[in-house]
Amino acid sequence: MHLGLILDMTHSGLGDRGAVSVDGQSFDHSGLAELSWAASARFTELGVPSVVYLGSNHIAYPVALFGAAGAGVPFIPLNYRLGAEQLSNQIESHPGSFVIYEGAAPTFAVPGRSAERQDFVESLDRAGAEPPPPQDPDLPCVLLYTSGTTAAPKAAILRHRHLMSYLFGTVEFASADEGDVTLVSVPPYHVAGVANLLSNLYAGRRIIYLDRFDPEVWLQIVRDEKVTQAMVVPTMLAQIVDHLRDADDAETPSLQTLSYGGARMPTPVLHRALELFPTAGFVNAYGLTETSSTIALLGPEDHRAAFETDDPTARARLGSVGRLVPGVELEVRDDEGRALEPGRTGLLFLRGEQISGEYAGATLLEDDAWFPTRDRGWVDEDGYLFVEGRADDTIIRGGENIAPAEIEDVLMSHDGIVDAVVVGLPDDRWGQRLVAVVVAGQADRIGADELRELVRSRLRSAKTPEVIEFWPELPRTDTGKLLRRTVVARLCAG
Amino acid sequence: MELKAGTQLKSVVGTTEVVVIRAPDHAATLTSGGVPMVGRDDDVPGADIQSGSEGTVLLGKRYVDGAASIEVLCTKPGEGALALDGQPLEVKSAKPLPSSD
Repeated sequence: MHLGLILDMTHSGLGDRGAVSVDGQSFDHSGLAELSWAASARFTELGVPSVVYLGSNHIAYPVALFGAAGAGVPFIPLNYRLGAEQLSNQIESHPGSFVIYEGAAPTFAVPGRSAERQDFVESLDRAGAEPPPPQDPDLPCVLLYTSGTTAAPKAAILRHRHLMSYLFGTVEFASADEGDVTLVSVPPYHVAGVANLLSNLYAGRRIIYLDRFDPEVWLQIVRDEKVTQAMVVPTMLAQIVDHLRDADDAETPSLQTLSYGGARMPTPVLHRALELFPTAGFVNAYGLTETSSTIALLGPEDHRAAFETDDPTARARLGSVGRLVPGVELEVRDDEGRALEPGRTGLLFLRGEQISGEYAGATLLEDDAWFPTRDRGWVDEDGYLFVEGRADDTIIRGGENIAPAEIEDVLMSHDGIVDAVVVGLPDDRWGQRLVAVVVAGQADRIGADELRELVRSRLRSAKTPEVIEFWPELPRTDTGKLLRRTVVARLCAG
Repeated sequence: MELKAGTQLKSVVGTTEVVVIRAPDHAATLTSGGVPMVGRDDDVPGADIQSGSEGTVLLGKRYVDGAASIEVLCTKPGEGALALDGQPLEVKSAKPLPSSD
């Protein structure tokens, strides 16, 4: 199963239905497919080994992605916000690539093997385009650099079969209603951006891209375009909720589904969002770059049930990432590799057709195809998965494993705290000691002692940070992932 | 024609094309309109739909047999019902998953 099948089907089955709208341009499914086929012919003719995309969301993004897939070469969307040095390093790993860029030509763009994105699309001859031949499903299809929150970013390899397994496992062809519209604000170099593009095209749901996220603009588009689905990362939802701080209702009656993922959602933000969007179904998706996006999700009924009940088990599920999608298996293991029963925290291992677990030159998959995620978590009796964070973030204080998430949740439960991180710093006596950095909301005067007492009363003294610092903001990636190693580095630098 | 996950097949009685999502664990013959399907790129002469094998295959629908040993996805619609070793395939009812994308 190769990616080109998607266009074969959307071209014949969805033809003149709207496919993608961005920056005032709209394309139907026929147009998108034909442009992509023309791009495949171009890449094949040039004989390029890969296609690099360097820019924000644009029609050139799906055209280049499917164009590369049809030519049998990997598509590599890079983070255009990276510094020149990091970007050059990543480009050097993919010599000979065709480079599609936004704005001025980067220094590494080679004439004849590069194009400004709008020029690129306009140079394609739609009229004469034919579908390219089917490609081997085992070929690398998309290379995605991981966010690199705990280590240097590395390129995960997603093959055609991984992406198609995800798609066939989770989406029905043309299942969206004719008027369905999704508003997307995730960047093109993120796995959610890739998965989301494939899912919505295949479902027949028109995609509107909003790249420079702004809560007011976002709300306006939802209302004007009668958006039915939207996907945000937690930091965006926090901004939307903050923008609506004096409102009772977001007044977005068309919105049927609001999905979020990419980082941990602060509970107060989620509670407030559930109040502001009473008609929307909330979906929390959990996945990794290496797992072709979503492997577990918490659906609308779970959200509402958890929000409206007093039952502590159901209520706690608001903090879970839900249950596994079809075709994915999970095992929770202890540090010695033994499988753990429900309720016990351990390392998460995943298996399934959509799981890649592979990087340039190395696979992390075990012999029996289990992928060690390096995330820690547990499942409840009904199979709801709770993710506590990266194993590398676990703090070991006096031989005891402490998950920062638990302490961060308590700090965030304070009305005056808008963001919090807990890290372990080297300590002669305990091995590691706990240090918290918090961001206080405006006009609030909160003392470190008050916060320490809060943690001590809810957890215990071993989990109480020795030091609590106040910063104006925490370092995060574009998709809201906390950069813990940057926090540690700054604290160590004093 | 060997049935493997990912194999693309076409009908010889009409325009239908399918891709195998899940292959049976035993040798079996997939037919369209009562005539064995062939590889997508095979060059074979057309044939007529056999009596009793009429039916329409719909784009984007998944088809399974009673024992769920095979699942195919229709990538091009056409006439001629699908069957595995004479057992008719039926549309698999979609279990809607909330959109996470």
